[in-house]
Amino acid sequence: MDLAWMAWTWPTAIFFVTIFTLIAAMGVWEWFRPGGAPRVGILRFETTRGDRLFVSLLGSAFICLAWLGLVGPSLWWALAVCLAYAVCVFRWV
Amino acid sequence: MERTWNNKGWLFVIPVLVLVLFSAAIPLMTVVNYSVQDTFGNNQFFWAGSAWFEDLLASERFHEALWRQFLFSGIILAIEVPLGIAVALAMPRKGWGVPVCLVLMALPLLIPWNVVGTIWQIFGRVDIGLLGHTLFNLGVDYNYVSDPLDAWITVVVMDVWHWTSLVVLLCYAGLVSIPEAYYQAARIDGASRWAVFRYIQLPKMHRVLLIAILLRFMDSFMIYTEPFVVTGGGPGNSTTFLSIDLVKMAIGQFDLGNAAAMSLVYFLIILLLSWVFYTVMTNVGRETGSGTGSGGGR
Repeated sequence: MDLAWMAWTWPTAIFFVTIFTLIAAMGVWEWFRPGGAPRVGILRFETTRGDRLFVSLLGSAFICLAWLGLVGPSLWWALAVCLAYAVCVFRWV
Repeated sequence: MERTWNNKGWLFVIPVLVLVLFSAAIPLMTVVNYSVQDTFGNNQFFWAGSAWFEDLLASERFHEALWRQFLFSGIILAIEVPLGIAVALAMPRKGWGVPVCLVLMALPLLIPWNVVGTIWQIFGRVDIGLLGHTLFNLGVDYNYVSDPLDAWITVVVMDVWHWTSLVVLLCYAGLVSIPEAYYQAARIDGASRWAVFRYIQLPKMHRVLLIAILLRFMDSFMIYTEPFVVTGGGPGNSTTFLSIDLVKMAIGQFDLGNAAAMSLVYFLIILLLSWVFYTVMTNVGRETGSGTGSGGGR
């Protein structure tokens, strides 16, 4: 199957493999611990594991955009901030 | 009692997932791939990294289009929501007037977007349009082709004409669901017209109003066809909203990398706003216990 029209690159392939691996891992987690572990965190409304992953990914996208706009093109430190942010989301949101 | 979970139900979701994969996920992945590369056609791509995103974030053109988009959404919400409530309050609740009003209100919603644009494009023309020609004869210097303010007024009035009905119908549905006993109690207490609106009608309309605001905001934030048909984004760039700018960049200039980066940022803004609205609506449903559906959609 020719996927040349999708213009794949290694970095974008790694990016999507990571996203799909995260979603698959959440699926496995849900299979073994069903229910999504709902709880009310600092946002004052109920969130499940899926909500927390979504908030982590969406927030990370904006962190990277803000980093590009305000700091510079190297995103390694932004990635570290994103990971720290995701940990905080899964811990407190 | 321990709730029983049966995850085999997820197997039924697989057909939908396959459909979404082909209709949304694969095109989105392609856009992401384009956003980090440059191309001159012929399926040849060159790595550009985050350059398009940096260009976009520093681009005055993008900032202006984004600002215009928020301004447009803010203006039409500020007009359509109060106007929709007022019209819904004025509509009859019984008798032959109800179906007549409902049909009249539904008419603008049934007209395709490009037809609405064409109607207003002709309607506003100074040479042959009823509105433009009448204003010209009254001595009003109106010309949406050359004056940015006139173009904005035309686009805003067109959107108000097209979509206020939606707010009206939603608010009307909220109003007719209020039991007569509430009004009887208000009359016994000697409540004023304003008090009836403030303490009975508005709280009862709260949920449908939220849905109306959500729908109008999202729709107006993604508006393309009507202003494109009427003004083409002009005069100059005065009515070039994000979607119009995006199409100009992708198709007009064939600047695919830049357009892909812009698409992704646009998508992220929409995604964030949708999530905020969805969360607010879901939690309002839970707090009020009215439960019209979205609360269980998680």
